[in-house]
Amino acid sequence: MTYEEQPPLVEAVDIGKRFGSTVALDRAGITVRAGETHALVGRNGAGKSTLVDILTGLQAPDTGRVSFGGRAAPPLGDRDAWRRQVACVYQKSTIIGALTVAENLFLNRHDRGAGGLIRWRALRRSARELLATWSVDVDVDQPASALTVEQRQFVEIARALSFGARFIILDEPTAQLDGTGIARLFDRIRALRAQGVTFLFISHHLQEIYEICDVVTVFRDARHIVTAPVAELDRAALVAAMTGEDVSLAGDTYRPPPPADAAVRVVVRDLVTASGAGASFEARAGEVVGLAGGGSSGKFEVAEALVGLAKPAGGKVTVDGRTLRRGSVPDALAAGVGLVPQDRHRQGLVPLLSIAENVTMTVPGRIGRHGLISPARRDAIAHGFITDLAIKASGPHVPVSDLSGGNQQKVVMGRALAGDPKLLVLVTPTAGVDVRSKQTLLGVVEQVRERGNVVLIVSDELDDLRICDRVLVMVQGRIVREMPAGWRDNDLVAAMEGVDLDHV
Amino acid sequence: MSDTLSSTTAAEAPPPPATRRIPALARLRDLALVPAIVTVAIVGYIVSPVFLRTDNIINVLQSMSEIAIVVLAETLVLITGKMDLSLESTFGLAPGIAAWLIVDPAVTHGLGLHAVPGALAIPLVLLTGALIGAFNGLLIVRFGLNGFIVTLGMLIVLRGLLTGISGGKTFFALPESMTYLGSASWLAVPASIWISLILFAVAVVVLGYTRAGRSLYAIGGNADAARAAGVRTDRVVWLTLIIAGTLAALAGLLISGRLASVTAAQGDGAIFQVFAAAVIGGVSLNGGKGTVFGAFTGVLLLFLIINVLTLAGVPAQWTNFLNGAVILVALVVSRVTGGKAQT
Repeated sequence: MTYEEQPPLVEAVDIGKRFGSTVALDRAGITVRAGETHALVGRNGAGKSTLVDILTGLQAPDTGRVSFGGRAAPPLGDRDAWRRQVACVYQKSTIIGALTVAENLFLNRHDRGAGGLIRWRALRRSARELLATWSVDVDVDQPASALTVEQRQFVEIARALSFGARFIILDEPTAQLDGTGIARLFDRIRALRAQGVTFLFISHHLQEIYEICDVVTVFRDARHIVTAPVAELDRAALVAAMTGEDVSLAGDTYRPPPPADAAVRVVVRDLVTASGAGASFEARAGEVVGLAGGGSSGKFEVAEALVGLAKPAGGKVTVDGRTLRRGSVPDALAAGVGLVPQDRHRQGLVPLLSIAENVTMTVPGRIGRHGLISPARRDAIAHGFITDLAIKASGPHVPVSDLSGGNQQKVVMGRALAGDPKLLVLVTPTAGVDVRSKQTLLGVVEQVRERGNVVLIVSDELDDLRICDRVLVMVQGRIVREMPAGWRDNDLVAAMEGVDLDHV
Repeated sequence: MSDTLSSTTAAEAPPPPATRRIPALARLRDLALVPAIVTVAIVGYIVSPVFLRTDNIINVLQSMSEIAIVVLAETLVLITGKMDLSLESTFGLAPGIAAWLIVDPAVTHGLGLHAVPGALAIPLVLLTGALIGAFNGLLIVRFGLNGFIVTLGMLIVLRGLLTGISGGKTFFALPESMTYLGSASWLAVPASIWISLILFAVAVVVLGYTRAGRSLYAIGGNADAARAAGVRTDRVVWLTLIIAGTLAALAGLLISGRLASVTAAQGDGAIFQVFAAAVIGGVSLNGGKGTVFGAFTGVLLLFLIINVLTLAGVPAQWTNFLNGAVILVALVVSRVTGGKAQT
């Protein structure tokens, strides 16, 4: 069979959808053929989420039609019929933490015996069988809250497959995973594809699309722009399709390292985290240092201990000669440490408060006197950041919950910058952020560096690490390698995995 | 396929032992208060050997039976992630309405209407409770209002309604149909104990072993996920509020029967004890967590401690202070013995 002869597994044609005055989809469509892994990309607000809602039957399109395998989609109310066709693993979990994995798999379709009572033993057995069928190695008796993000995704995929769906939508599945987790997820996707499962893969990471997908569809401004095999669309063309203009993505990021005689501004000496990971390094004025590593490498723990979010077991951190008090965020702030935390929803933002209040949260001293806050000064600071960081919002009073993911992350960045940090610590700063916002965020690093401050980027995202003067690679709680700028992707990934490509 | 798995998982370090140990703890959480209850029993026996005598135990069980049913009602609501403060007023109003409609003003100095035959008392009480629950559901589920505020308003309104129809006085000369359940004994044990124990047993089975019961946990844990799994979340929450109202009304009927009267203040302030018992018993105020059995041990612990204090001869003026202190101590005890923070 050739590509064209296969009947489309999923077809959405001429889909239009409006929410009030906002056009979410304008005669857009997508055709997914059986067995392929299809990427759907577009900037935040391009209409991807709305299309997913329509493809999964959560919303009805205003115009157009959806069909599965040539047959019209079931009516909206028939959830079971939809679930037999399609399932979506959302970024937001649909797993209930307080219940066991087994119960989550068979929620509201528990195995029942006499008198309608649930047969727990049988239910647990079917759960084990289900997970074994799809090779998911998870203990079904544990509460689902104990699962890692990755395990949770596998469980959700297995549950979707158990309804009979062979078309799975993955909505930014890699956003919360580390490098090895992503690798395992991709292995799983490839294995399932071999078993006849079709995927629609939504991601902001173009690299992943080239790695795992066969066909890519680009949406922009509520419209379908292009669908092509990934091999026929190079990175520049893909980015151009997404943004509607030519942007050179990586560009030439090489720049000379800071002079060797630049003052040492940050010293981390024998820092040991509560989990046992340790790190020692120094950073000079104007230096951008990367801290990379896989899931259990301990890089996040080191970052948290460094900024005072977690109390380290030993060691000390000095910024411009001032030793930070262990486990004290206020002291770290006072010493000039700015942080963009890993989870912006949990640690970075107060969603219902305005941009201005969020941005100035770490610097109460700068926006008022004698404990009273000056709204005018606060709004002025916020205005500055809205302009500098190109935050898309009508003003400083907009609650951050109304912003898109990329703009929320810019607010978090603004908050970290509000105190004019001498050391700026960025933990996975570009996770779940679109291409343009990514450029803005990483552009900030350059500005901070030029002022002679130090930036520490904690990430395993290669694009984040590319702008570093050197990358410290952590494996199993230790810094094992230091790679100066100009490394090859393969070498860095291999180093994070604890493999040395040159000495195999 | 299985090759893929073994290679990917084998390459990974085994998950930390902590994640493996959780299930055992979760199963034990139900029994978390048992050590505390045993401790109190031993202390009680030392304070007064009367404590472990059958008649004292029955006395404790009877004194807690009515509140226990309200705790059961609140537990159901809490598990779905809502809360119902108005249960304490339902507890007083439901039998109050029945008494108001039934009792003869000639006998009771002008109180009551004598409009309904006494035989309808029980259906009337239960119907009142169900209607109150349905109205709560209307405001919370249909209009999407905040459950705390809605039921706080209802608490005040219903209390005011009872004060209004009773003129602030006490209904007495209740028909036998209203006093029977609260005062009868079956097999030498008060009927109210039987009723509360049976209700708890039924609830344990329903919440543990039926889809409807499990859907309460699903809703409380993650309402969107429950909806995605096909649970009719609105209907379930509404029904839970109706059942809770009905249970509170039944509990009110039992206490009215026991005391052979309905005071205007019946149940006033009881909701705090009800919440305390549920939370001590491991029911989360955030929804999705807790068991009926746990809630039962929570009430039991509270009332055992109160009983021990009474036996120790603590003066009545100190009761309120001690009730509050008991709640705090019980929380600490359950935290220490259960090893898990109650939220």
